[in-house]
Amino acid sequence: MSKVRVLVGTRKGAFVLTSDGKREKWDVSGPHFAGWEIYHVKGSPVNPNRIYASQCSGWFGQIIQRSDDGGKTWVQPGTPRGQPTTGPGGMPKGESNKFVYDTSAETGNPLTTHQWYDGTQHPWEFKRVWHIEPSLTDPNTVYAGVEDAALFRSTDGGQNWQELSGLRGHGTGPKWQPGAGGMCLHTVILDPSNPDRIFIAISAAGAFRTDDGGKTWKPINRGLHSQYIPDPNAEVGHCVHHIAMNPTRPRVLFMQKHWDVMRSDDAGDSWKEVSGNLPTDFGFVIDVHAHEPETIYVVPIKSDGEHFPPDGKLRVYRSRTGGNEWEALTKGLPQSDCYVNVLRDAMAVDSLDSCGIYFGTTGGQVYASANAGDSWAPIVRDLPAVLSVEVQTLSGSN
Amino acid sequence: MLPQHLRTLAGVRGDVEIEVEGQATLRLVLDALETRYPMLRGTIRDHVTQQRRPYLRFFACEQDLSHESPDAPLPDAVTSGAEPLIILGAIAGG
Repeated sequence: MSKVRVLVGTRKGAFVLTSDGKREKWDVSGPHFAGWEIYHVKGSPVNPNRIYASQCSGWFGQIIQRSDDGGKTWVQPGTPRGQPTTGPGGMPKGESNKFVYDTSAETGNPLTTHQWYDGTQHPWEFKRVWHIEPSLTDPNTVYAGVEDAALFRSTDGGQNWQELSGLRGHGTGPKWQPGAGGMCLHTVILDPSNPDRIFIAISAAGAFRTDDGGKTWKPINRGLHSQYIPDPNAEVGHCVHHIAMNPTRPRVLFMQKHWDVMRSDDAGDSWKEVSGNLPTDFGFVIDVHAHEPETIYVVPIKSDGEHFPPDGKLRVYRSRTGGNEWEALTKGLPQSDCYVNVLRDAMAVDSLDSCGIYFGTTGGQVYASANAGDSWAPIVRDLPAVLSVEVQTLSGSN
Repeated sequence: MLPQHLRTLAGVRGDVEIEVEGQATLRLVLDALETRYPMLRGTIRDHVTQQRRPYLRFFACEQDLSHESPDAPLPDAVTSGAEPLIILGAIAGG
């Protein structure tokens, strides 16, 4: 019997929601790391019991946590081999929170400046890990997208982190600028057909791709058009909110930009708009059906100044044609007086048949649909504001 | 005396007693604290610059030591253990 495990990061802790394949009755565990912001929690596709979590605080900085038993217990991966994994009181020991930009002469790049909100230049400063992306082949290899924007990699289960500094240092860095949420690298997509290819996205710099395992990078923003920057068609400076890919079609990418829903059929080399009949093409999340690579989902948000659904109606929009033609999915979702937001990493799909769709809101609800969006029901209603949602589809033995 | 979240992270209850050799300074106390509780590295001082994190302050004997040199001697009452060195999180936000 299959089951699903939904990993939820919130403003005040992490929660693990589990159900069998029917996805009707749910067990809720948490809060894990109570009181801390959990930007992202994601499991290894190789070993689903290996889960990484980004725990952070404006006061105390960044912590990386790891579970090797499906989220029941957690450790900081820095505990030296042979030493007890817990300290006085039974709490985990270790050091796994060291993210230092690579400025070494051999492999690194000097820390430059980036553009600040007011157009002046501002030094690069590490703030937090927004997104964790475990390797598709090795449970000990994991990527971290951070603010201020950079990509880090660990090959020892999250204990030590090295920057892939070719991205930050590739030349356009001084033109990158923070979006309203900070200058964050929030999307990391690994190409299942090409281990050397990685896609990333930064607010507000745009999308980038490496074809050599992270050594060199190029912007992939041709076709993006952003009215709010001096040159609307610039190579960088676009506020990309999220990108999604169906693993069976790794050259096809879907993007929710600040405004505009976009698609690329050539691995990001060019983009075209597919917003079509959406009521507004502003939003944060976008995802793709697990089995139908032309079926995509967005949650339209009224505007960049009003981060809530139009008309107080929470509607997921689905396109079965890869964009342009969209239908509103409303059954089970509030259709009056709803003013929540759905943040960029807060939607995910499972791989059961039929495909399950999940999303979390800033009002603390996590909604699930076990029928590809036709109808929805809340798993939980009253969590802290949801920052991220990921789903693991598990076999009976996990 | 640590903020509650750092006590949880370090797995300690109540105050932490730290022994340092020679004249106790803020830097030596924090170095010793991080040696005993490596999970606290980066949570009080920046990993690289060793500067105090912006929302934390250091107090002892009703004095604000946040802007003192980290190599200045701590008050005798702190060194003797009579008074705590307080690491305090600023009250900001909800």
